[in-house]
Amino acid sequence: MTLWLAVIGMGIITYVIRLSLLGIWERVELTAVTHRALKFVPIAVLSAILVPELVMPGGTINLSLGNGRLIAGLIAIAVAWKSQDAFWPVVVGMIVLWLLP
Amino acid sequence: MTTTPRAEFWAGVRAELPILVGGIPFGIIYGVLALAAGLPPLLAQAMSAIVFAGSAQFIGVQLMATGTPLAILWLTTFVVNIRHMLYSASVAPYTRHLSRPWRWLLAYLLTDEAFVVGILHYEKREEWDADLPDIPDLQHGANRQPVSPKHYYLLGAGLALWLGWQLSTAVGIFLGTQIPDSWGLDFTLALTFIGMAVPLLKNRPTVAAAITAGIVAVAAHQLPYQLSLIAATLAGIAVGVWLDNRTATPLPTPYVAQEESNP
Repeated sequence: MTLWLAVIGMGIITYVIRLSLLGIWERVELTAVTHRALKFVPIAVLSAILVPELVMPGGTINLSLGNGRLIAGLIAIAVAWKSQDAFWPVVVGMIVLWLLP
Repeated sequence: MTTTPRAEFWAGVRAELPILVGGIPFGIIYGVLALAAGLPPLLAQAMSAIVFAGSAQFIGVQLMATGTPLAILWLTTFVVNIRHMLYSASVAPYTRHLSRPWRWLLAYLLTDEAFVVGILHYEKREEWDADLPDIPDLQHGANRQPVSPKHYYLLGAGLALWLGWQLSTAVGIFLGTQIPDSWGLDFTLALTFIGMAVPLLKNRPTVAAAITAGIVAVAAHQLPYQLSLIAATLAGIAVGVWLDNRTATPLPTPYVAQEESNP
């Protein structure tokens, strides 16, 4: 039951944000500063999630070559940079992770 | 030359297709991860319909798996999805003339992927637009738009993505029950985010925001309930905005600060 409540709450929050200036506060315009700040949300959120996944899998910081997720992640970053695409980094990263001992 | 709602709708569907195909793996991965995190299949599927926001769903599933309090889960959802306010603001000038049900429906469908496709279409001025009457309601010069059925285009793009997301989630849920943990599929989340993040690294402020957020997330990882995520996000935004302001270029006029008071 709590799980359902959790999901419905997430849905309401997401919907209210999307509806905000389109259907609730229609006459409000974002200030330049707000506009700039919002542009940085995606990159900040994504980095905040993925960097710990690479640098500290299992909860402790591991910057050695023995950290397969770090190696696979760095290769995936290179692939993403080259391809500017969201699909191939996943494929290449998983293959590298599986091939590493 | 003119256009019909039906033609607009299908043009929107067509424009969304390439992005839709790219999004299918993420829907599948979400379905797999949701089951791995212990969500019942029905709830995992319902989340794709109720929340309908990929990155928030990925994170939400992780937080729910670790028994995070609701307040923190919802605060995190808010921070992760607040970018949609930008989309809402950008689309608003084009939808002011629409009825409330229309605007509420389009808001529900306003994902990253539908927005990107829809706003490009809105910003394109067609020749036939000139023949149609202007909406006096739109006071800003740059945003003046004649009445046109372009909202059907956004509807088509949004519904196409919605359907793709629901179906790929279902496939992931189906596969999720048969994929062993040893495959390390949870790592696809980090890889998915790499694929989304790296193309955003366009200039020094975005790179600095990414590095700051990453460092703070690691440094603050001992905070409970992944509060490090919120701290890191805010730090990344702050550094990004600060650098952006130092190398500031003037923003286009519609975005220049306007302290508009609501009646």
